[in-house]
Amino acid sequence: MIYFERWKIIAIAAICFLGLAYATPNLIPRDTVQSLPAWIPHKQVNLGLDLQGGVHLLIEVDLNSVFRDRVNSIVDSVRSALRRANIGYVDLVQTGNGVSFTVRSAADLEKAREAVRQIDPDVEVRTAGNTITLTLTDQAIRDRKRAAVEQSIEILHRRIDPEGVKEPVIQRQGEDRILVQVPGEKDPEQLKRVIGRTAKMTFRLVDENVTPEEARTGRLPPTDELLPGEKKDRDSIGQLNLYVVQKRVMVSGDSLTDAKATLDPNSGGPVVSFRFDSVGARKFGQATKENVGKRFAIVLDNEVISAPVIREPITGGSGIISGRFTTQEVNDLALLLRAGALPAPLKVLEERTVGPGLGQDSIEAGTTASILALIVVAVFMIAMYGLFGLVATIAVIVNLILILALMSLLGATLTLPGIAGIALTIGMAVDANVLIYERMREEQRNGRTPVSAIDAGFRRAYATIVDANLTHLIAGGLLYFFGTGPIRGFAVTLIVGIATSLFTAVTVTRLITVTWLRWTKPQRLPL
Amino acid sequence: MKGLASYIPARTHIDFMRWRPFTIIGSGIVCAAALVLYIVVGLNYGVDFRGGIMVEIRAPQAIEMSAMRSTLNRLNLGEAEIQQFGQPTDAIIRVESQEGDEKAQLRAVQAIRGALGNQVEYRRVEFVGPKVGAELVEKGIIATVLTILGIAIYVWFRFEWQFGVAAVVSILHDVMAVIGLFAVTGMVFDLTSLAAVLTVAGYSINDTVVIFDRVRENLRKYKQMGLIDLINLSVNETLSRTILTTATTLLAVSCLALFGGPVIRGFSLAMLFGLIVGTYSTVYIAAPLVIYTGLKRSGRLVGEESGPARAAERMP
Repeated sequence: MIYFERWKIIAIAAICFLGLAYATPNLIPRDTVQSLPAWIPHKQVNLGLDLQGGVHLLIEVDLNSVFRDRVNSIVDSVRSALRRANIGYVDLVQTGNGVSFTVRSAADLEKAREAVRQIDPDVEVRTAGNTITLTLTDQAIRDRKRAAVEQSIEILHRRIDPEGVKEPVIQRQGEDRILVQVPGEKDPEQLKRVIGRTAKMTFRLVDENVTPEEARTGRLPPTDELLPGEKKDRDSIGQLNLYVVQKRVMVSGDSLTDAKATLDPNSGGPVVSFRFDSVGARKFGQATKENVGKRFAIVLDNEVISAPVIREPITGGSGIISGRFTTQEVNDLALLLRAGALPAPLKVLEERTVGPGLGQDSIEAGTTASILALIVVAVFMIAMYGLFGLVATIAVIVNLILILALMSLLGATLTLPGIAGIALTIGMAVDANVLIYERMREEQRNGRTPVSAIDAGFRRAYATIVDANLTHLIAGGLLYFFGTGPIRGFAVTLIVGIATSLFTAVTVTRLITVTWLRWTKPQRLPL
Repeated sequence: MKGLASYIPARTHIDFMRWRPFTIIGSGIVCAAALVLYIVVGLNYGVDFRGGIMVEIRAPQAIEMSAMRSTLNRLNLGEAEIQQFGQPTDAIIRVESQEGDEKAQLRAVQAIRGALGNQVEYRRVEFVGPKVGAELVEKGIIATVLTILGIAIYVWFRFEWQFGVAAVVSILHDVMAVIGLFAVTGMVFDLTSLAAVLTVAGYSINDTVVIFDRVRENLRKYKQMGLIDLINLSVNETLSRTILTTATTLLAVSCLALFGGPVIRGFSLAMLFGLIVGTYSTVYIAAPLVIYTGLKRSGRLVGEESGPARAAERMP
């Protein structure tokens, strides 16, 4: 315990030096760090959203709606396939992830199977008596779910960070959830507005042969649907206007190549200008040519946002959407159209927003508290143990440096509870020193010489230090694995702090004590 | 340069174990009371566990609580709980989980923002849906149970099972005491509070292991000494360490409570209380329980026969 081999001294010095090198960037402003030469460590500790401010959202993808749409379209396909093949059937219904129907006569069974087999490659066709069921395979469901979540993540990226400057974290969590973290976001409401909408846009014809009143009383043709206008589109008594719109889609939002917020050259009001790709432009040109004088509806998420009259064929592939928009709504809409439609609606399950003011305050308060804790503990230890108290203080400072360095190197995230963990570590790190010193004191009292007392003090205290720290580490590790959010941030610094204080106790403290012993050769330990 | 520690009496002879019937029964009553309070009164759960909305605001001037309360109650979002937070210009608003789905919650947040206007700074907005709230409760319980179990298994492995039992009972005591504090004071219990509870468990076991280590050592050293005397001796021998380490930790956590800002004040206060309870339980619960668990030392040595204990001796 008294003798250090040369390489061990060098290794300890090297670790402390590296620790200092990697910890230092945290004390320098971020801009200055970026301008340093490349060989100097640059990494700073990641600050959690509670310290730098920002938005944390946990989002659920409504995967059931993905299948509702798909099953609906299978129902439609089955209906038309059976009609084409002239097969009589009853009880065409949805069954969970599939469709079932019963053929009128058993003779048609084989023909019906043949007719519906080609509808969708992902369905399994089964027969029981005269009933045929089409079920989506589990594999197809899994693939579709994964694809829906991945596509949502991509679209969220485009919506949240169109310029690519915000460095958001957008990642899948579990089967149907997405974690969104946007550091430094100043307008969480705008963020939620652009996330909360599916933004499925379609251009469809308005059916001028049926009035909304007739449609409401049940005379709605099967090829049409009744859709409300958007929330400001109201009649004189404040009721939402209704539109009878064809189900058939002229052009869908997928064909848009660009959308911009701009001002209407005629009215001066805010509008969205858009451009179709070539296929979309051709379809739109064709449809408008055939329907001059009629109205078409621009439908966004099942609301009619505008229903202009087609005055002339629109063949240029571009146009504007005007409605009762504010500038902000136009900006949002253009962004949503550019980013594309989500495959399924999203639901915000959890939101945590911290303003930059609170984050800054928390950093300052946490730093102040940690520095004060260090000073108070140092004063206490020096008062209690004199010279050895100074050694303990040095060990705590080395410990803090190593914590910062390790956190920076590991890319760990520092949160406010994490700062609390550091302050707690300052208090507990001296525990190892106290254990060693008390042991040395005892050994000296039992008549040992300083050399022997120091040797025995370190040796006997170690088993205790290891046991105590390992149990504590178990608590910290479980906190990390099962904790979320603030608990996790706290656990990280606790674990790192326990590891570094174990290191400083068995190396730094011992090295300094032993060196002091060699230089001064004391008759008695000042304990 | 000598420090004050050298004036701490070399060897104290305090008969800690003499009080064991009182401390154990007394602590048992306190724990039972905490349990009853927890069941009857319950904890003031924060939005993390209960679900709902929490908004922290800072106004340009001191906030009139009653005026703000009536403004918010007009929104029909249920009972709005408003609390001053740190300074007179700051307040925390808690609103219960709204009926309906997650969209209803977002509308409620917007309603609050609308009612308070743009003059105030929104320092923190938290909304936890009922689904996530339930999951956080579940995860919190799992974390607590596993932490205690993990510690018990480690102590059992490194010592005798009697020590493991004593350690677990003493941790449970600390956890119940801290939860009792939350029940009595009505302090908000959220994820951060749970972290405080688990930290107290970690600190308490650290303390307990130090004394158990000394007990094990003395079991080998003084083969003829009675268990009660031996435990008394071990507690006395480690007393100065217990006092000094508790003091430094309390100093550090006090700095957190005083200067760490209002966000972690509850966390720091709970920890402060827990550290004191944890130190108490090490001396007055964990150590005497070893006596009651029937640790046998009829002439032979407990430590000598067991593998883990011998392994410990060989450690560097």
